[in-house]
Amino acid sequence: MAFFILRRVGVMLLTSLCLTFIVFFLTNLEPNLEKLAKTQGNARMTDAEVTSWLDRNGYAQPMVLRYGEWLGVLPGWTREAEDGTVTGRCIHGTVTAETAPRFCGILQLDFGQSTVFREEVSSIIGTRLGLTGILMFWVMVVMVPSALIIGVLAGMREGSRTDRALSTFSIATTATPEYVSGVIFITVFASSAVGLKWFKGSAASAMDGVTFENFTLPVLTMALYGMGYIARMTRASMAEVMTAQYIRTARLKGVSFPNIVVKHALRNALIAPFTVIMLQFPWLLTGVVIVETLFNYKGFGWTLVQAASNNDIELLLSCSVVAVFVVLVTQLISDIGYVYLNPRIRMA
Amino acid sequence: MDPLSWGAILAQMLLQFTPVWIALAVTLGISRAYKRRLGLYGKLYDSGIGIAGFTLVMFWVYTAVFANMIITHEPLTVISGMKNALPGSPMPDGHEGYGYYLLGGDNLARDVFSRMVMGAREVLKIAPAATLFAFMVGITLGLPAGYFGGFLDTALSFIANLVLAFPVILLFYLLVTPEIVATGIPTYMAAVLFLFPIAFLVVLWNARFFTQPMVRNIYVGLTLALGLWLYSGLAFNADPLGVVSMPPNVLIVFVSVVFVNAPTVFRIVRGIVLDIKTRDYVAAGQTRGEGPWYIMLWEILPNARGPLIVDFCLRIGYTTILLGTLGFFGLGVSPESPDWGSTINEGRRLLSIYPHPALPPAFALMSLVLGLNLLADGLREESLKD
Repeated sequence: MAFFILRRVGVMLLTSLCLTFIVFFLTNLEPNLEKLAKTQGNARMTDAEVTSWLDRNGYAQPMVLRYGEWLGVLPGWTREAEDGTVTGRCIHGTVTAETAPRFCGILQLDFGQSTVFREEVSSIIGTRLGLTGILMFWVMVVMVPSALIIGVLAGMREGSRTDRALSTFSIATTATPEYVSGVIFITVFASSAVGLKWFKGSAASAMDGVTFENFTLPVLTMALYGMGYIARMTRASMAEVMTAQYIRTARLKGVSFPNIVVKHALRNALIAPFTVIMLQFPWLLTGVVIVETLFNYKGFGWTLVQAASNNDIELLLSCSVVAVFVVLVTQLISDIGYVYLNPRIRMA
Repeated sequence: MDPLSWGAILAQMLLQFTPVWIALAVTLGISRAYKRRLGLYGKLYDSGIGIAGFTLVMFWVYTAVFANMIITHEPLTVISGMKNALPGSPMPDGHEGYGYYLLGGDNLARDVFSRMVMGAREVLKIAPAATLFAFMVGITLGLPAGYFGGFLDTALSFIANLVLAFPVILLFYLLVTPEIVATGIPTYMAAVLFLFPIAFLVVLWNARFFTQPMVRNIYVGLTLALGLWLYSGLAFNADPLGVVSMPPNVLIVFVSVVFVNAPTVFRIVRGIVLDIKTRDYVAAGQTRGEGPWYIMLWEILPNARGPLIVDFCLRIGYTTILLGTLGFFGLGVSPESPDWGSTINEGRRLLSIYPHPALPPAFALMSLVLGLNLLADGLREESLKD
């Protein structure tokens, strides 16, 4: 087991190294840097001025070197101007040339400065992730239990009318992406022209305090799309368990049907959905971006959109580090959890 | 003229869709009559879910085909005075042509109904083709990875997992920007990805006919000639005849959608191959001295068709959702484009005051994806029966 986890962690590190390099490469391409120079300096810069700006700010080095600096395995660049002022990668904000550390990359937990928000990236990411965490928590609270209930109810009597109805419902939810259900929900529940006006169509006020009124629609929108898939997996798993020999034995012994479902079938039927729920996190990330944009909730997804559309390199890189980290860790947990939960798999 | 009532709007819309109804009736009628001779497709007519899904899908396919006959106005025509007009609003006096905006006007005074209909064409032009390409890539790489195993499998699986670990939305934001298009990366990606269908077909024909060099040469030659002609046009926009071309912004959307989908197909194909290659008929083929590619393409692949067809339907739906996501974030396709994602994106800004421009494309997208999912479910059920 220890070797298995060790190998998985090794692959994970390699993967994240590759992925961050790809993001680094794509954000640091020539046209992107030129755009950055023009937004930071002056929109009417000539090509020569752009080149000198990039050179002054350390963007002229080879990409691999800069990736190493960003990662924190190579010392940050420093540069002495003609008048004696020293600038460098690690010198910003209150840090002066004397106190600046030699290395400043993400390994030193220095995420750099956001060029759009003019703030430390780490503090931006921290607050935004907190906000998204609240959203994710409520989504999980709504999504997982309802998906499991739907799946178990549908799967315990395969082919029955309940099964047909619930399966069609779950297919319908998987066919409704967030930007469709969100638009429909806002029209029905929040539109000022038509509709019921029960909830608010914007979650901007939820950043100060979550209420039923401002948070229902975003949570519902996100939960609905992910729910169908988990429910279908639970249904398939439940239906398979219900045909197993030991369930038949229990029935022949005279155990009542509710008892069979709750005591005998449920535990084994929930192994597969566990993996699916864990692997659902990466999908939720796309959902977070859509829902936060649609409902104007300034969390992690919203920040990612801002960083990407303004080519805020440091912020975008940190966002992708977080995203990749979430994806890989959930994959790891789902693998390990699967082995723990399923007694039929024994690691050699 | 007075605005139309909701009943009248519905009646007018049903009337506009006449060509679609006729085509649907003909298709369903003929298929039903001959369903016993049509294999898996015929068996679909025994399952209620399958037929419902198929009808929904074909509705949108025929809508895309007959879009020119269905639309009431040009999707880009702006008519002053119709800005945010409510559904059923009559045209201002002195206008030729159709008298109403059936589903109202959008923020730029264009007809919502016509844009929704033309949107079907935009979506169905890209989604199935992109899915097909993703399948070609996934199959061409997944077959040898599963069959040979070893280092090839490890390397390809690592790359596939790498792409899968990438959050889709981040990838889109990084790939589908004008700056990236300027560097030519999409063209390089297209150059690599578009090679796979040609490679797939060449290997397919070669494996089948290499004992009959004459036939083989004809097939391979035809594939290469046609394939490379399309390849030059699609990937490099350098078709010597000037017939085939792909606008750069469509190309980048197409390429990124293929790129996102291919690893999943790869994993599915690899998993199926790992299962099937232990069967007796594969061992029999090996004993007969069949080559590895013949076994992969002509023994294993036909036996893997059931799950692959089901996944193909599901994946078209997923690709449609992805295209909508791209449109929703205003990436790639031009802002004028009537595709559903972009229209929803435009409509959402005024959603709480004027919901009518955003809702029709939203329902259209939902019904198409629902149709594809139901179709996949029906196919799965029917293919499991035998």
